[in-house]
Amino acid sequence: MAVTARPALDAQKLRADFPIFEQKMHGKPLAYLDSAASSQKPRQVLDAVRDFYETSYANVHRGVYVLSERATEAYEGAREKARAFVNAPSAREVVFTRSATESINLVAYAWGLDNLRSGDVVLVTELEHHSNFVPWQYLAKRAGADFRMLPIDDRGELRLDELDELAGGGRVKVVATNLVSNSLGTVNPVARLAAWAHERGAIMVVDGAQGAPHHEVDVQELGCDFFAFSSHKLCGPTGVGALWGRAELLERMAPFNLGGHMIRAVRAEGTTWGELPYKFEAGTMPIAEAVGFGVAMDYVAEAGLDAIAEYESELAAHALERLAELGGVTTYGPPAERRAGIVSFNVDGIHPHDVAQVLDSEGVAIRAGHHCCQPLMTRLGVAATNRASFYLYTVPEEIDRLIEGLHKVRKILA
Amino acid sequence: MVDDLYREVILDHYKNPRGHGVIEEPDAQAEGLNPLCGDEVSIYVQFAEDGETIDEVKFSGRGCAISQASTSMLMEMVKGRTANEIAELPKEELLEEVGIPLTPVRLKCALLGLGVLKVALHRAKGTSLPDEWAGLDELDLR
Repeated sequence: MAVTARPALDAQKLRADFPIFEQKMHGKPLAYLDSAASSQKPRQVLDAVRDFYETSYANVHRGVYVLSERATEAYEGAREKARAFVNAPSAREVVFTRSATESINLVAYAWGLDNLRSGDVVLVTELEHHSNFVPWQYLAKRAGADFRMLPIDDRGELRLDELDELAGGGRVKVVATNLVSNSLGTVNPVARLAAWAHERGAIMVVDGAQGAPHHEVDVQELGCDFFAFSSHKLCGPTGVGALWGRAELLERMAPFNLGGHMIRAVRAEGTTWGELPYKFEAGTMPIAEAVGFGVAMDYVAEAGLDAIAEYESELAAHALERLAELGGVTTYGPPAERRAGIVSFNVDGIHPHDVAQVLDSEGVAIRAGHHCCQPLMTRLGVAATNRASFYLYTVPEEIDRLIEGLHKVRKILA
Repeated sequence: MVDDLYREVILDHYKNPRGHGVIEEPDAQAEGLNPLCGDEVSIYVQFAEDGETIDEVKFSGRGCAISQASTSMLMEMVKGRTANEIAELPKEELLEEVGIPLTPVRLKCALLGLGVLKVALHRAKGTSLPDEWAGLDELDLR
């Protein structure tokens, strides 16, 4: 058999896996352009969760009976899938959490409380989602550390040339960035930031919630110390996320949530902690959701992360081109070849809420607001933007309907 | 649905807001922000000689069509009425005037102006804002 190039992504075919598209919105087919907020779920994931509940459900790691063993196997199988998905060296470095936000809070508290002190510097980027901004701001304040922000340029790309100056007069202990900006789609140079952080003895924390579903991730290549991602943006159920961390760091960290299952022995005089990763998994975890997350990772990997990234970049280029043709629209962020499938824009003189509301009447779902990025909105000088975001089931016709909808927005409100 | 929401009277108030402007040295003033969408409204009130009747009322700010139109309608609604009456005005009276179906998110847009006006009036009169307004969802009134 001849070796052929991997076929490009067939969004139309994948789309058929997503039952949500079978219904109409206001009598029109659904154009779902809000995947950066959360992705839709394919039948394969929905069936797997239902099947798990119907045939294999019990609490994990507890029982000696068949069902509990079956459930444990499925849950730990999902952990192995998560390990492979980000190419982590070992599954014991992969902790299940309730969300990417909880993953970051885990690091901020469990690492930050014991390692940050007065005179230290915590550096985040101006592009951060509040999930990778607020925990660090809060912990820095509690520790008396300096909280600083790496600025972006006018295209929404990080000003790496400012790094050395920003580090001045303090010990940089934490550098936190997202892999992909949820507002602008900027793909950040994590490997370069990680190298810089490590030269200064800082840890590198990556919010991969927006990156992992859309780009091939190799935590060893990125060179980071922690990588947080979540299921619900990756075709999986809500309520479950994951954190990868270097074993030597995780081992030295205190636990985060305390309670059942994360212990080794509990006595009145004191408690000792369990092994990795269980030390960080207190209480009954979202078991079925984790199993669904595993199936979602398989689904996305099968479509091909490189194919997804390339396809979304094409969609972004198409959207930027059509918005430019329309005129009277301000777009934010880097050129299409350096962005993920996210396009933030404003229609001159019309508030994003009104834009999104009129688009909704055409069956087009976009996000209007600050996208949990108020510092970034301040930098852009706007209160809010419209954001259209894409995934492996997005078809170009949905973007064309967005443009048609914008004509209607103008007709009503301009 | 969208034609109901952006009905002609709303668009008219949005495009030609009544009472848009600033009163220098007002008797009562407050501002409010909806952090969710960045709607901002400032309201300025001038009382008649009786110190009770709303003689002049203006607003400034920026925001969506619903927040701007409903605040514009509010300006027409309250002029000539007393501070006490408006401080106690049920929100239904404004919503009836606005007269469009509102989802919970857009309800906050529609009520921003009234919340700000209530803060201004209660502050000027030294009375406390009723609880239902003090904690009106995520609106930041001051």
